[in-house]
Amino acid sequence: MLAATVRVTRDLDTAEEAVQDAYVQALTTWARDGVPTRPGAWLTTAARNNALNVLRRRQTLVTKLPLLLEPETTEAPEPDTIPDDRLRLIFTCCHPALAPEARIALTLRLVCGVATADIARAFLVAEPTMAARLTRAKKKIAAARIPYTVPSAADLPERVDTVLTVLHLLYTTGHTARSGEDLVLDELTGRALDLARLLRLLLPDDREAAGLLALLLVHHARRATRTDAHGRLLRLDEQDRSRWDTASISEADRLVVAALTAGAPGRFTLQAAIAALHAQAPSYDETDWPQILKLYDTLLRVWPTPVVALNRAVAVSMVDGPEAALAEVEALEHDGRLAGYHYLLATKADLLRRLGRDAEAANAYQAALAISDNSAEREFLAERVKETS
Amino acid sequence: MTQYLLSIYQPDGPAPSPEFLEPIMRDLKAFQRELRATGAWVFSGGLHEPSTATVVRAKNDEVLMTDGPFTEGKEHLGGFTIIDVADLDTALKWGRQLAAATTLPVEVRPFHDESPR
Repeated sequence: MLAATVRVTRDLDTAEEAVQDAYVQALTTWARDGVPTRPGAWLTTAARNNALNVLRRRQTLVTKLPLLLEPETTEAPEPDTIPDDRLRLIFTCCHPALAPEARIALTLRLVCGVATADIARAFLVAEPTMAARLTRAKKKIAAARIPYTVPSAADLPERVDTVLTVLHLLYTTGHTARSGEDLVLDELTGRALDLARLLRLLLPDDREAAGLLALLLVHHARRATRTDAHGRLLRLDEQDRSRWDTASISEADRLVVAALTAGAPGRFTLQAAIAALHAQAPSYDETDWPQILKLYDTLLRVWPTPVVALNRAVAVSMVDGPEAALAEVEALEHDGRLAGYHYLLATKADLLRRLGRDAEAANAYQAALAISDNSAEREFLAERVKETS
Repeated sequence: MTQYLLSIYQPDGPAPSPEFLEPIMRDLKAFQRELRATGAWVFSGGLHEPSTATVVRAKNDEVLMTDGPFTEGKEHLGGFTIIDVADLDTALKWGRQLAAATTLPVEVRPFHDESPR
């Protein structure tokens, strides 16, 4: 509804007000006349008419007339233009000219309708800070004339990747365990998943959109076992696989297979394939590591980042042994780009532990602990320090 | 249509060698040609180095003049192009092409809409 109204106003604030007014109007009119047969269409038409009235009052209509007005202003909007508008809104909120934190905040606020206060809490900033971030982003969209469109076919792959990155970040923000914030975080993961489904619906031929949905489905399938009853982080080998949602994993697998056979896989499809392989192993010991390593080889080619290299090193340790993996991890340490990334040190520590080099392992766990800011992970690392000291 | 300023920032120091500049000048000329062909070109120009600048300041009834640029930094404004296009995506396409041609960062910034209502 907001999306259809933005099409009229080209101004997000005016659109938001028009939508809110439409809800208020609905309360009084529907109480009196009953709920209409197509309430969605009624609300959308009311919002658009509110927006048009505001524009007339501002007399900006005169200059913007050719751009804004659709011929059928009094009819209810066609059902198939509504998904189109939501897609436009998603692409606008995720425009690469906006700062990454702004993209994710704007998507939550405008596409998902999450309250500013809740967004602020999820990202651990003060509410006025988040409100200012949103205002700045909306100002930039208006002043710099970020167009309210679905990108052209030529630009689509790059732009879809930006949207998928935002949705993935949205999910992982909600996914990372933090004490006392569970309610807000569950909402974030749920919304990220909903948006991933919506994107798949609106872009049925996009293989990466399918890949992202599959990836989130696998994460979501395993969420019951991520931590134990005390909030302690559980490793993959400790998780009770009987509590994983097999229906979601099957759906993810179908999406992955379809995406892989349809063409050269992108980074989200590959990450989903790796996650699905992990999720389908009946036990940790039966994990198909050689196949996972092959997928990481491809992922590293397609997405050559140090984090991917690190995750690949873990697979190397399971296929070629911890010694070979340690060489790769030490090379990454030397490279310097992962300085301050505690998983690098935690992985190195784990490899040293497996090689029986306990003293060095303890040092590395200690170093990882020093830079980790996640309470569940800190507990886990502290335990490891004790074990290896 | 909105006007955008495409500003080129270059590092201070001596000018690069002619061999280095030759492909850049070639790509820049191609950029200008294409821009003008679409009708999006409004104005463009390269600036002399910052030491050729003068800063003028008005204070009460006095006008103060200082030799040199307004800000001293490690980079300075080397030149700019003004374009008139439909939206930011179009402006960014030209900005990208200019950045690729010059091998320098290009800032793409919208002008206020000063057209009469």
